[in-house]
Amino acid sequence: MKNPLLVFNSNGIYCPKGDFYIDPWKPVDKAIITHAHSDHAKAGHRHYLSHHDSKSILKQRLGWEIKLETKDYGEIIKINEVKVSLHPAGHILGSAQIRVEAGGEVWCVSGDYKTQPDPIAVNFEPVPCHTFITECTFGLPVYQWPDEAETITQIENWWKENQQKGKISLISAYSLGKAQRILALIDQSIGKIYCHGAVHTVNELYKRAKKLQGHFPYLSSEIKKEALIGTLIIAPPSAVSSSWAGKLKPLSVGAVSGWMMLRGSKRRQNVDRGFILSDHADWQGLNKAIRQTQSENVICTHGYAEVFAEWLNQNGYNGMSEKTFFESENSEVDIEN
Amino acid sequence: MRRFARLFEELDQTTKTNDRIRSLVSYLEDAEEEDKLWSVALLSGKRPKRGVNSTRMKEWAAEEAGIPFWLFEESYQVVGDMAETISLVLPFREGNNNDSLTDWMEKIIAIAGEEEEVKRQFVVNSWKELRKKERLIFNKLIGGSFRIGVSQKTMVRALSKHSGKGVSELAHRLTGQWSPQTHTYHSLIEEGAGDEDLSKPYPFYLAYPLDEKSDFNAKPEEWYAERKWDGIRGQLISRGGEVFVWTRGEELVTEKYPELMALRQFLPEGVVLDGEILSYKDRLPLPFSELQRRIGRKNVGKKLLCDVPIIMVAYDLLEYNGKDLRASSLLERRTILEKVVSAVNHPNLHISRLLEFKNKNDLAKIRQESRQHRTEGLMLKRKNSEYKVGRKRGDWWKWKVDPLVIDAVMIYAMRGHGRRANLYTDYTFAVWNNKELVPFTKAYSGLTDDEFRQVDRFVKANILEKFGPVRSVRPELVFEIAFEGIAKSTHHKSGISLRFPRMNRWRQDKKPEEANTLTDLKEMLSIYG
Ligand SMILES: [Zn+2]
Ligand SMILES: [Zn+2]
Repeated sequence: MKNPLLVFNSNGIYCPKGDFYIDPWKPVDKAIITHAHSDHAKAGHRHYLSHHDSKSILKQRLGWEIKLETKDYGEIIKINEVKVSLHPAGHILGSAQIRVEAGGEVWCVSGDYKTQPDPIAVNFEPVPCHTFITECTFGLPVYQWPDEAETITQIENWWKENQQKGKISLISAYSLGKAQRILALIDQSIGKIYCHGAVHTVNELYKRAKKLQGHFPYLSSEIKKEALIGTLIIAPPSAVSSSWAGKLKPLSVGAVSGWMMLRGSKRRQNVDRGFILSDHADWQGLNKAIRQTQSENVICTHGYAEVFAEWLNQNGYNGMSEKTFFESENSEVDIEN
Repeated sequence: MRRFARLFEELDQTTKTNDRIRSLVSYLEDAEEEDKLWSVALLSGKRPKRGVNSTRMKEWAAEEAGIPFWLFEESYQVVGDMAETISLVLPFREGNNNDSLTDWMEKIIAIAGEEEEVKRQFVVNSWKELRKKERLIFNKLIGGSFRIGVSQKTMVRALSKHSGKGVSELAHRLTGQWSPQTHTYHSLIEEGAGDEDLSKPYPFYLAYPLDEKSDFNAKPEEWYAERKWDGIRGQLISRGGEVFVWTRGEELVTEKYPELMALRQFLPEGVVLDGEILSYKDRLPLPFSELQRRIGRKNVGKKLLCDVPIIMVAYDLLEYNGKDLRASSLLERRTILEKVVSAVNHPNLHISRLLEFKNKNDLAKIRQESRQHRTEGLMLKRKNSEYKVGRKRGDWWKWKVDPLVIDAVMIYAMRGHGRRANLYTDYTFAVWNNKELVPFTKAYSGLTDDEFRQVDRFVKANILEKFGPVRSVRPELVFEIAFEGIAKSTHHKSGISLRFPRMNRWRQDKKPEEANTLTDLKEMLSIYG
């Protein structure tokens, strides 16, 4: 491609014509942030631009003093001669795809996205473009999500079973997005729900923005251990694998993530139960989304990028892969997938 | 099939023995008799032979999924289990077939003899008819790879709870030749495959490691001392004109050891000996690694029989003239045992010689020579001790030799399992050969949780290369590796293999250059191998 609209450089995805970055991993002047997950929203940029709904979380995570401008979905911003707009990605609250247009050429950066509906995030909307930069965290045909409702029923049944056995149910789910999705969907009348501090902080922001309802207090150390029997606790994976969780007894641990599709991943996480629920697109979702963009060029990042690009190549697209820093070696456990 | 799939899922979800037994019992309560028998067969590793070629299975699955074969292979690399990969890529909706496990087993066995196209149709239709969770099991059954991590012991315990029969009785009934085609659940569990009870062993009495708190006064009038043999603990049973050999894992292994079967005509009726199965040649036990060649083998060839001949070294007598002797003193049991062994007078049956000593110093000296005799240390047994059940403090002590040690450099790391799955805890160690580090052993135990966390941090910051799950690591950390034995090996680049290697301590005081060399290891091999 000659003079591409967006390039990958050592700081991140860069637009030379507009002189801005999308989700840069090193400090830059202008950063457009797809969503507030830590692998996409880094600290240290001079100017930030994001969706309105990402505002409080970004400030809470990156510092209240950051210079942040926010926009609604579909609003067009002109940066030099480049037209930029945000479009729903369906990943978490405030998550956006970034559409970039100049000289009749349209590119779209998906950020993280899912095509399944979400109780809180605005549902994914395909953006017609010439070049689509897509994530493919779950870009293999073995990842095909069951219905969300089916998974939630499984979680509820597991919780009830644990209540009968006099156990605490501890859910491992990342604290921004997944935890609130579960809270919004689960039958809160089954029993009392407590949240780990990291989850609670996000809950409060969601509640203030009227995106979440219900009573699920912070699990403080003052709460008596006996009072936890039969309750459901939601905590991030890092807390679940720490000594903090060891003190909860008797306990059953369930991990909620797309990785739970594979028995081996479940075994490696050493949890009692795995529940399949992801905020990323599955195999069918990725293919459908790409089809709907009607793009010719697809640049794959995140996850199985090379394999997925090859698959696209064999299916009439010009598929490429680019390395990004949106992933860590520990992706099964740490990253917000 | 549906109920069996649920059992499979439940067993897959927990490693706790009691939960597994609960799942198995509840399955047995629900299942039809013929399904029960098939489940017992499958859980005992009696599975039908592979009926369909696995490459064909992959091809058909890829075709149904609308993906190229290479993409299937890429996916398989990630999933690590072929049957699971197939079940995940299939695009079909949930099926609603209600055939029983037995129905399916019959179909699967029957298809093996059919033409390939018939097989293909059967497999694809079955995928469509089955529920998603059942497809995984179907693929494993038809691909001959059905395996489930439930020990025979766990299964027998569940069966015992369900049927009300004793554990040893059931364990015995399940040994030998049977299959769901030749037996019914009733005939197998209620009547047994044949000659029941005669072989029944006694539960083993196990010694405790000697420590400072041990009540051991080393008075020769109160204690027997013997060598601690490095073989397989076993009971040799002579009843009803037959001999039976059981190992400590409640496994009936008679057929593996023709040398012991040969004792049939020499042993008196109604005798149970407790002792050690050893490989023995030229008046010395062979290294354990040699014995290992016999353990896995059911049918032993002439060459192996000649290379690794077996004997039993008896050290206790649990039954004599058909009478249970366990409540009498070891002194009495040993007296009769000596008579029995000398009357048998056969080169394949030895007695564990008593060691002479006056005090603990004498014993300490004898213990030092343990390795020269290819033994693991000493056994100290109170003369007036009964033969108890299980591991008990007080009357029997084992006093093992100190392990061998060598300083080695960590060069590779892998993630651990279970609760350590997030940490790099499985390491490969190397010693120097000139300027090169030669890997010689793996080890994954012996450090404290805290040390593991520190080493994990080092690994993550010092990865050089990745090969699948293995990370090569900057060779900087030195560990003292302890092990119980050393043997020659053709499977290892270093030419040696260790027995029970573990990290004794982290030598933070040592630089990598100060680690031991391959020459040092070879020297140990020549002394202790
Ligand atoms: Zn994300
Ligand atoms: Zn991401």
